[in-house]
Amino acid sequence: MNVPGNLLYTKDHEWARIEGKTAYVGITDYAQHSLGDITFVDLPKAGEELKQSSFCATVESVKAASDVYAPLSGKVTGVNSKLAQNPELINQSPYDQGYFFMMEFSNEAEKAKLMDAPAYQKYVEGLAE
Amino acid sequence: MIQIPLIFEQHKQGCRGFTYGPLDVPAAKSLDSKYCRAADARIPCLSELSVVRHYTNLSRLNFSVDTNFYPLGSCTMKYNPKFTERVAALEGFAQLHPLLPQLAGGGMLAQGSLEVLYETEKLLCEITGMDAFTLQPLAGAHGELTGVMLIAAYHKDKGSRRKYIIVPDSSHGTNPSSAAIAGYQVKVIPTGSDGYMDLEAYKKALDSEVAAVMLTCPDTLGIFNPQIKQIADLAHAAGALMYYDGANLNALLGKARPGDLGFDVVHINLHKTFATPHGGGGPGAGPVGVNKELIEFLPISRVIRRSDATFALDYNHPKSIGYIAPFYGNFGVILKAYAYILALGKEGLIQAAEIAVLNANYCQARLKKYYELPFEKTCMHECVFSASRQVKNGVHALDIAKYLIDQGYHPPTIYFPLIVKEALMIEPTETESKETLDAFIETMIRIAGLAEKEPSAVTASPVHMPIKRLDEVRAARQPDLRWKFQE
Repeated sequence: MNVPGNLLYTKDHEWARIEGKTAYVGITDYAQHSLGDITFVDLPKAGEELKQSSFCATVESVKAASDVYAPLSGKVTGVNSKLAQNPELINQSPYDQGYFFMMEFSNEAEKAKLMDAPAYQKYVEGLAE
Repeated sequence: MIQIPLIFEQHKQGCRGFTYGPLDVPAAKSLDSKYCRAADARIPCLSELSVVRHYTNLSRLNFSVDTNFYPLGSCTMKYNPKFTERVAALEGFAQLHPLLPQLAGGGMLAQGSLEVLYETEKLLCEITGMDAFTLQPLAGAHGELTGVMLIAAYHKDKGSRRKYIIVPDSSHGTNPSSAAIAGYQVKVIPTGSDGYMDLEAYKKALDSEVAAVMLTCPDTLGIFNPQIKQIADLAHAAGALMYYDGANLNALLGKARPGDLGFDVVHINLHKTFATPHGGGGPGAGPVGVNKELIEFLPISRVIRRSDATFALDYNHPKSIGYIAPFYGNFGVILKAYAYILALGKEGLIQAAEIAVLNANYCQARLKKYYELPFEKTCMHECVFSASRQVKNGVHALDIAKYLIDQGYHPPTIYFPLIVKEALMIEPTETESKETLDAFIETMIRIAGLAEKEPSAVTASPVHMPIKRLDEVRAARQPDLRWKFQE
């Protein structure tokens, strides 16, 4: 399982990559692997205001549909429009080509509620028990 | 077996199933061209025999409980005894026009049918411990939506604007969906390590903004929650109502009543618990029962018994949520359920629940050596395994399901409940014999063995079906649903 060191993680298996005031958001390798082949994703709209831990997207696989929660509060500034035609990018490249959207996050302090890579790695290993 | 071409692919210009005689009356004036389609409809031309063969051959590919074992968890695919079909086909019922009881004096010509509705309501009240029922909802999910609308009407009448409905994470997907369609927001409570709804998380979520708690009981793990009374008491103390999803009522018939357990609104699936046809053979019926606090909100019309012992439709319910379905629900389905309940009687219904639970526990006990049992408890009417041991060798729940199809079994429900990884949910129902269960169990044991020694034999299945393994991912990503004519 791939857990890049430069990202922040949630318990619901979303990741955030911080670049200045912008956060790129997607779901983790563990999440894509548990979901199986992803067939559809419903993304938020640019301009939408999100609250940390609130619903922001839906991802569907051949097995199930799952909700995705915003890792941070803020405004959506752009979405990965490639996912509409190529949802398999989430399976193939969950941390790069398969990102969901970008957001301008509004509260620096919320980052403290997210896990770093070693903490997330440990969390996921705990789930496998 | 060969694939059957689409009927459009069998089109042959000039073929006819029927030939008209020569016109012996003046030709009708043709429609104004603005009402006509620009080009003729592309209806395939075939001989009558070709059409009969086409549909007969298709029908032979049907899988049903009449042909094979159908242990589809949470769906209660029990055998539907044939005598109920004969009852529903009786001319006095089948030929009755649904408008008749609404015409002046027409009610007197439909007394038998009105009585069936009235008596079915009474029987369902007795079975579930509720005070009144509407038989109108046309399916389980329709019943759920009706139930949540009743809950909303109840709170609105009290002047309270509650926003939330609580569901456990093991709930049927229709529960949060019905709540959302009725305008509520959903709070999801996780399942604790003991397999029950996490009581502490529930207490935290429960406040004066919660309108109702929707529960399936026994839950979707096939487990009866012993804290149900406490959950109901807490909900009521907070002013919330308890909603019972009756999908699993088969386990409780004559043993426990949702009304006595503290539920205020109940929907039941006649097509599950009361043996009316189900699935492609539908239609379904999802009657909703309520306690006396909610009777005034029930949909109209209601069937009443007048003092002279005649039956009539009653529309005088100003607080009713109104019409939720045309006429009186799926009358033929209600009639079959009524016949089934009368035929089994009290003792028969109790026995049905007992054997359903015994059959599920028999499957669980014999299979738990071979498949992971995530929550080791006495189950109710269904048992939930995980294919996690088999996954280590690359055999997933989906592969096991496909292999079972090859062996002549309808697969169990897979990947549900969502809280169990690689879930296999087996509900044998009371109508299966021990011989059938043994044969199924032996097949499941054989699959577990193959998963160890020859996993490719499982993952390559089905091989005996007219259509082999489908590319489900491509089908979902690039659905091709419509026949296109070759120009």
